[in-house]
Amino acid sequence: MKIVLIQVLLIAVVVAVAARLFRSRGARSQALRRLGLLLLAGFAVVSILFPDLWNRIARLAGVGRGTDMVLYALVVAFLSYTVTSYLRFREIETRYTRLARRLALDEAERDFPPAAGSSSAGGDSPTAPDGPRPG
Amino acid sequence: MKNQDVWLVVPLFNEATVIGEVIRSARETFPNIVCVDDGSSDNSAEEAARAGAVVVRHPVNLGQGAALQTGFEYALAVPDMRWVATFDADGQHQTSDVLAMLDLARADGLDVVFGSRFLDDRTKPSALKKLVLRMAVGYTNLTTKTRLTDAHNGLRLLSRDVVGRIQITQNRMAHASELVAQIGAMDVRYGESPVHILYTDYSKAKGQSLWNAVNILAELIFR
Repeated sequence: MKIVLIQVLLIAVVVAVAARLFRSRGARSQALRRLGLLLLAGFAVVSILFPDLWNRIARLAGVGRGTDMVLYALVVAFLSYTVTSYLRFREIETRYTRLARRLALDEAERDFPPAAGSSSAGGDSPTAPDGPRPG
Repeated sequence: MKNQDVWLVVPLFNEATVIGEVIRSARETFPNIVCVDDGSSDNSAEEAARAGAVVVRHPVNLGQGAALQTGFEYALAVPDMRWVATFDADGQHQTSDVLAMLDLARADGLDVVFGSRFLDDRTKPSALKKLVLRMAVGYTNLTTKTRLTDAHNGLRLLSRDVVGRIQITQNRMAHASELVAQIGAMDVRYGESPVHILYTDYSKAKGQSLWNAVNILAELIFR
């Protein structure tokens, strides 16, 4: 089997990416994801070493060339990754908003004690250290 | 003083030059104002506090929607609060309009009053802005259970019950349509009241322009 440079480079990249992802910790679903990734990395290595494999898959799927097949698979994978990323981002945004809000409200309770704050006349300073502590 | 049970919620971002005056004049009618400083880089917060508002400061900039939700949560912690009015920090809104909304709410037993620029002729938006706003209205009326004439108005009156049930999750500009959608889903009595938005040189210079209107429309659709 003749090995060309592109195969070496691709294998190196796939192995490096898989190794990096493997290093982070987590729960069972994460483990499953990592196993899936390992399988994917393995399949990637195999298909780099045996490019005709994709041609076989393509013919099975009714697609013209192996590379077209890879492209279609990539488009689907990319779209699903985009959606997953967006959802994950929204989740993080919600959590950090709640955190920031909690902080803001706690500080406001400290700086504008409710008993003195709600009908304050104009000219109060933002911090009222002599005001009553909120209960 | 009158209107003790009304709290103005004012999202605030870098309006140090005008916020003091806005708060001072608003407090002549409404003594209870909570300003949510959304991570301003100028001294908006100090100006607002000096003018007599309660100031809640976001540690980072989150967006107008997030600021409103924070303001709502602050107001809900005040036992005497009966009404919340969302009010802009840049001087575009008038307390006389809020008073009219309160009168309407009390007279007709409403839980929510939406301000509308299009119920009378006082407000004069540019033709293009008007077109984009009309499109926003059409889309909102189609996708929510409400029928409004102005879907993106910052002046609203909400009863305590409604404020307690609202949960704004859209931090940025899409919060307006999220609010409308949530209120529509609550099946509470709502109405509209004509308001006069003052497009001052200041607010126009800020770039409250067509680009913003396009962004609003985009965020509405890609919520």
